[in-house]
Amino acid sequence: MSCAATFTMNKKHTITYREAINLAIAQEMRRDKNVFLYGLDVTDHKRIFGSTKGLLEEFGPKRCFATPLSEDAMTGVGVGAALTGLKPIFVHIRTDFLFLCLNQIANVISSYRYLSGGRVKIPLVIRAIMGRGWGQGAQHSKSIHALLAHLPGIKVVMPTQPADAKGLLVSAIRDANPVIVLEHRWLYDTIGIVPEDENFAIPIGEPHRLRQGKDLTIVATSWMNIEALQAADIMQKKQGVSMEIIDSRSISPLNYDLIYQSVRKTGHLIVTDYDWLYCGFAAEVVARVTEKCFSELKSPVSRIGFAPTPTPTARSLEDAFYPNAISIIKLVEQKLKLPKTNLSGETFYSYENKFKGPF
Amino acid sequence: MKDANLELYKKMYLIRATEEKIRQCYPDNEIKTPVHLAMGEEAIAAGVCYALGPTDQVFATYRNHGVYLAMTNETDRFFAELYGKQTGLSKGKAGSMHIMSPDENLLGTSAIVASMIPVAVGAALTNQYKNNKRSVAVFFGDGAVDEGVFWESLNFACLRQLPIIFVYENNQYAINSHVSTRHGYRSLAGIVSRFDCPVFQSDTTDAEAIYHLTKNALRLQARSAKPVFIHLQYYRYLEHVGVNYDFEFGHRDKKEYQKWWKIDPVGLQRKKLLRFGLKDKELIKIEAGILNRIEASVRSAKQAPPANPNELRSDVYYE
Repeated sequence: MSCAATFTMNKKHTITYREAINLAIAQEMRRDKNVFLYGLDVTDHKRIFGSTKGLLEEFGPKRCFATPLSEDAMTGVGVGAALTGLKPIFVHIRTDFLFLCLNQIANVISSYRYLSGGRVKIPLVIRAIMGRGWGQGAQHSKSIHALLAHLPGIKVVMPTQPADAKGLLVSAIRDANPVIVLEHRWLYDTIGIVPEDENFAIPIGEPHRLRQGKDLTIVATSWMNIEALQAADIMQKKQGVSMEIIDSRSISPLNYDLIYQSVRKTGHLIVTDYDWLYCGFAAEVVARVTEKCFSELKSPVSRIGFAPTPTPTARSLEDAFYPNAISIIKLVEQKLKLPKTNLSGETFYSYENKFKGPF
Repeated sequence: MKDANLELYKKMYLIRATEEKIRQCYPDNEIKTPVHLAMGEEAIAAGVCYALGPTDQVFATYRNHGVYLAMTNETDRFFAELYGKQTGLSKGKAGSMHIMSPDENLLGTSAIVASMIPVAVGAALTNQYKNNKRSVAVFFGDGAVDEGVFWESLNFACLRQLPIIFVYENNQYAINSHVSTRHGYRSLAGIVSRFDCPVFQSDTTDAEAIYHLTKNALRLQARSAKPVFIHLQYYRYLEHVGVNYDFEFGHRDKKEYQKWWKIDPVGLQRKKLLRFGLKDKELIKIEAGILNRIEASVRSAKQAPPANPNELRSDVYYE
């Protein structure tokens, strides 16, 4: 199975995740002349993996421009532009670069409206892409959604499906608050049905049930939804286990009701986060579920995430670092006291089928 | 120029008297916010702000009282904010270090050194984008140019030819560290002039001279469509934070202060007005009016209800 098949329902009406991002930006730039996009290399021949394709040609260098690296200052520039009536979209080809923006994000953006006593607003969008594979290593692979969501005053979303990539980005651009959109590089080639309607938007803060189930609940972020979906297919087929999968889609704010409902139904929860576990989003979800659904839990809450090390480079180390469908299957077996699942004949996602060489 | 000089004096007197009032009240421990007083800096705040056009925008630092008062001429909500009251500028959420007044184009001040510089450049980007002829002035000190973000912001403003006035206020000390222990170059003005950015430089404490210099900078900017850098000097009379002098600690010499006190901007301006023929009596009357206004503001701030705990969670997000 390849992830590209995951969201395919009717190929005629489907587009890729990267096209969905591109469509959202282009539609919003057409709709609102105050929207502009900037960042390192947004206008080069690669166009941020194709996500900023055509924008320079359609909207010109005033509304789509490349910048010096200067991540710290460029974040502040976005704040100042947003503060005075524009709607900037600031793009980073790797999430790790957001650490160079963190003074502005944590000290300025997070508190600007609050310190003004509600007199100003900062409608700024920051897009950043999580890298993985082909040795992206320790500085090209972070997600940092928990760290960002820790700060009040900022919204954080992580679209998984192409429709969410468009719908959440549209909502982010129209939001009067700062929103950080974290996109996984591997999702760029997934395809799915994406409404072309300009008014299509996915509300920030609402999780999405990707798969109905009754035996166990999985809450997943970003790429881990893909792994969870495959694990669920295999477990259904091989063990007759029915897993429910909820894509959190948003990290902050997040309406937890759907998660509580699901856990009350299944009694079992695994949070598969695309991040380290310590002080992370998975910890937040299990804490809340434990607070609200304690008596309905049939097994202790469980978490799956990165190994507690910096991201390694070699393929064999990466394989040990990142959790995947198999790690999820093993945990489900443990929780539900199932015999070992026969995985013969199953094909798992391998990025080399998609990417070779630097990307 | 007599009217302009009187206006400049009123602004400077308001700033000085307001901060003297803070000094007087601070030991009562009712103003529970760190105050970074700008005594000595008044000519820059008054001179630059008075030169700006009515729609020009300003960003400043945590040493912001002077700029706030020069931009707004307002003391009621200012003192209420310092006293942590519901009637304060930001309903008690800002305190002294984050004072702003968007309605009067003071768009931001910050307690993180240099952090408003790129934000000001962003506002200038909006003005260029909208071609609305507005300019932006951003105030910062000799500590801010130690930060990378200053150079990043200067570079970007020059690259994009943004309509911004960089107002560099060298008071020689970042907290207590002298500029000679921090700057590994001979001339900031020299370096900045190698960017695509004209530099105006003066070490005057004469508000009128700073006003004219800023007017010239704004004219040049309108003509050349480039950022302009204004390189100014003043001496911070008091400690970095708080209301006292700090000469007894030995990191700076009182003789420095005595030298600068001879050219104190408020005193200079008063003497100038007398030379222009204003009567001492007239000035005393103007000063008394300002003092009364400050007293009334402090009184009403003290009487105002404290910041409302029900407001704690509001204003985090725009809803």
